Amino acid sequence: MLLIPCPHCGARDETEFAFSVESGRVRPVGDAVDDAAWADYLFFRTNARGLQAELWVHRQGCRRWLRVTRDSLTHAVVAVEAV
Amino acid sequence: MRPAIDRLQGAACIRRGTPISFTFNGRRLTGFEGDTLASALLANGERVVARSFKLHRPRGIVAAGVEEPNAIVTVGEGAWAVPNLRATEVELHDGLVARSVNCWPGPNLDVGAVAGLFSRLLPAGFYYKTFKWPGWWLYEGVIRRAAGLGVVPAEPDPDRYEHRHARCDVLVVGAGPAGLAAAATVARSGAQVMLVEQAPMAGGSLVGSDEMIDGVPSRTWIADRRGELDVNPNCTILMRTTAFGYYDHNHLGLIERVTDRLTDASPRHIPRERLWQVRAGCVVLATGAIQRPIIFPENDRPGVMLADAVVSYARRYGVRCGQKAVVFTLDDSGYAGAAAMHAAGIAVAAIVDPRPGEPPVGPPGAEVLRGWEVRGVAGRRGVSAVKVVPVDGAGSVRRIVADLLAMAGGWSPSIHLFCQSGGHPRFESGMFIPGDGPQRQVSAGAARGLFPTQACVDDGVLAGRDALAMLGLAQRPEALVRLPTDPRTAAHDWWSRHAPHHAWVDFQNDVTAADVALAAREGYRSVEHLKRYTTLGMAVDQGKTSNVNGLSLLAAVTERTPGETGTTRFRPPFTPVTLGALAGRRRGTLFAPLRRLPAHEEHRELGALFEEMGGWARPVAYPRNGEDLMGAAAREARAVRCAAGLFDASSLGKIEIRGPDAARFLDRVYANTMGTLKAGRVRYGLMLNENGVIIDDGVCACLATDHYLVGTTSGNAKRICAWLEEWHQTEWPDLRVAMLDVTAMWGTLALSGPTSRSILQAVGTDLDLAADAFPHMAVRCGHIAGVSARIARVSFTGEVSFEISIPAGKTADLWRRLLDAGASMGLTPVGIEAWMMLRAEKGYIHLGTETDGTTTPDDIGWGGPVRKKQGDFIGRRSLARPANQSAEREQFVGIQTLDPRNVLPVGAHLVSKGRTGGASEGWVSTSYASPVLGSSIALGRLRRGRERLGEELTALTPSGPVPVRVTEPCVYDPSGERLNG
Repeated sequence: MLLIPCPHCGARDETEFAFSVESGRVRPVGDAVDDAAWADYLFFRTNARGLQAELWVHRQGCRRWLRVTRDSLTHAVVAVEAV
Repeated sequence: MRPAIDRLQGAACIRRGTPISFTFNGRRLTGFEGDTLASALLANGERVVARSFKLHRPRGIVAAGVEEPNAIVTVGEGAWAVPNLRATEVELHDGLVARSVNCWPGPNLDVGAVAGLFSRLLPAGFYYKTFKWPGWWLYEGVIRRAAGLGVVPAEPDPDRYEHRHARCDVLVVGAGPAGLAAAATVARSGAQVMLVEQAPMAGGSLVGSDEMIDGVPSRTWIADRRGELDVNPNCTILMRTTAFGYYDHNHLGLIERVTDRLTDASPRHIPRERLWQVRAGCVVLATGAIQRPIIFPENDRPGVMLADAVVSYARRYGVRCGQKAVVFTLDDSGYAGAAAMHAAGIAVAAIVDPRPGEPPVGPPGAEVLRGWEVRGVAGRRGVSAVKVVPVDGAGSVRRIVADLLAMAGGWSPSIHLFCQSGGHPRFESGMFIPGDGPQRQVSAGAARGLFPTQACVDDGVLAGRDALAMLGLAQRPEALVRLPTDPRTAAHDWWSRHAPHHAWVDFQNDVTAADVALAAREGYRSVEHLKRYTTLGMAVDQGKTSNVNGLSLLAAVTERTPGETGTTRFRPPFTPVTLGALAGRRRGTLFAPLRRLPAHEEHRELGALFEEMGGWARPVAYPRNGEDLMGAAAREARAVRCAAGLFDASSLGKIEIRGPDAARFLDRVYANTMGTLKAGRVRYGLMLNENGVIIDDGVCACLATDHYLVGTTSGNAKRICAWLEEWHQTEWPDLRVAMLDVTAMWGTLALSGPTSRSILQAVGTDLDLAADAFPHMAVRCGHIAGVSARIARVSFTGEVSFEISIPAGKTADLWRRLLDAGASMGLTPVGIEAWMMLRAEKGYIHLGTETDGTTTPDDIGWGGPVRKKQGDFIGRRSLARPANQSAEREQFVGIQTLDPRNVLPVGAHLVSKGRTGGASEGWVSTSYASPVLGSSIALGRLRRGRERLGEELTALTPSGPVPVRVTEPCVYDPSGERLNG
């Protein structure tokens, strides 16, 4: 179980958090975006091997969304910052 | 049979003054307090204690610890029975009842043993090769019934299990020489240490040993360390506790066996087992090593044991495993073992050692056969003689009379936890030892391939200091001299060149050297493939004695080194963990506890039938005078149409939204326009996800232009509030808005029906209830029966309705007062069943009934308002995707059976008129016999439904095709006169 250092609450067990989505997606706004670009935003993820920035929420704590930089190979949590 | 009390003097673990009576396979036997089931069975002369898994060969006890592959037993009876325990780990207690598994009627006479006659016909992959035509499914049932070991009890587990969480600076796994030294080092520094030991006694390999440690006898050394740690407040010692799993970020799972050694009369308030979850700053793995068996013909005969186990049984339990032993060794530790056996009064006839060169000295009377190997044993149910030959073939077979053959095939460090933590093992000096570990941890002593006991103690001290240094609690020891492995103790690279059929690698799963060789010939060169093809290491012992031998043999056959073949992946648990311990208190009603409405007791007193809906226990109906559920629901629904009904709607979600940008925020999260809502007004709204699919519906009330109340469906409030938070925090942090789920703080009672206005007047209110002063879809703050309340005129029934929200603690009182005040005006408590019937008559959707994971606003007739809306909202762009614009989508419609007495089953599929099958064009989602309309009503989804109003179709039901007509969803008061009245 990961130990995630919440910048608001301190280090807490992974079970208090929920993974949300990869960080860094940009939501296209307006009708100009074509179907392919919209589908890319909706359905496609990088799923990087190695370091990856992710959005997590401290669901059973401060209820704040956090940007967690995690190594998908070693599960090391490298950095956590408030969104 | 030797008498049970014939024990050696000075045994370290047993108390000879306390004899214990137990039962094995129906026979009463005697042991002593401190015995394991295995040591007591050996003392009672029980040689055959089990049958092997596949071939049902007679098997005896091989080991003295967790690695035991053969002596698998069921302990206890009835609901208390625990299958597949290792007899070497079961502590004897008075009245213990144990049975062998996998044999009938018993291990000495087993009907299944006929399988052994065909053993040559059951090679590796036998099932895969044989049962493939026409398909595995044809044979699976029969084979599965024949397979398997112990039987799980059918009764519910009567025991209690607890979960505990803990943290410490350093967790030390193993209280052997290295672990005790490490724990003492850490505890003296003032850091918090937890010491975990799976055995009942501390000391590990030192228990019963006559070695000198740090200049004192080992018994004294253990007592000193244990005593020191016992009184140190920084140290927590957990005995009889196994660290079974090593997870991410130094999170470990421990299982503490609390009452198993006690009799059934143990206090009920004590849990049988505790599951600990520990977060450690640093972990010291002092897990020791497991001796390896040797692969040679007939090595599974009862009486063939690990040399280390033979010594342990003598020193710890005073049990001689035989009168006359032959020791077969591949390393120098076999000579030390032979000396210990000799000291315990076991005559050592010979030491067989296939290595070349000058041998060490054996004990008196032992013939040292250097350059010889064991070629087999004589005796059917136990060893009677050992057959030995020179390795170079320059000599004939010699028979040495013995009743015990002790194997010393080298050592396998227990690297299970290290590997579980993500560490990579390294092959060195004939062993897999810990290599690089990704977590803050250090392996110490035999767990990293170090064997002289004093060296392990010294290593433990260094490991303790190393752990403190990793935590920044101490200076890193300057000269961290970690002794290299002593090559003299390493196992010789020796394999029987015959790879014969009856040389076992995995005792428990009946995998022979021939099976491994065959698998290699057939191309299973990866250890993971070998494991799955031959089942090597897949039994309940998880290959503790067999893995390294198996993969070394694979390496030899495929002309690689074990380092090149590598090990299979180590996964938790190290030893089996009961499901009860994993579940803990979360079973039965505590598995997923139901939320109760604030007026739950009132409902119960009225005789409500309860059902779980959205995580809440909710009244379905309030049957009277022997009514059934549907009878009660019909009466309740009629009451709402004719007089009034009172419905507990407290489970509806309530989220408060406040802030200057609240209106802008709501416009983005609702699919329809919400920002234009005036203070005091209420509007129905749909929320979509980014795919354009409806995820929630409900009413939104505007209390002030910066203060809104978002209503969600029951059980959805938490999810929707988190959803809104996510959008606010991650997408629109610039909006000045805050939100809070207040569902549990408010009780909500819905009063509905033509007399509801009079009832509210009777109970007392300061609000003007006239239709023009308080119209449909308005919200007011005021008082009801003296209680401060928020009242909304919203209706799920089609009648005049008031949803009254009051502080949750006052709900029960208001419920009673409303029922009292309304008694003379026909007020009736109404359950969810009638409520659903009423909304179906009005054609209102119910989320999750009329909608699913594909439903868009247009599908339920809300395309217009959503299309007209200006500006962005969640899901907007997806509604323009071709699939969501398709004319062929299923749309929400009413369905009327041509015979009004015919009530359709929910789920019935709709096809064109006159057809009795074919592709479905839609389906029935809701269906009732309407008590007010006197006919059946139904709702459903139909392909191109809205343009097919009036069309006749056929509904396919289990009782045959039923003619139906497509209608508007709303069949009761379509003009809304009653609703607005």
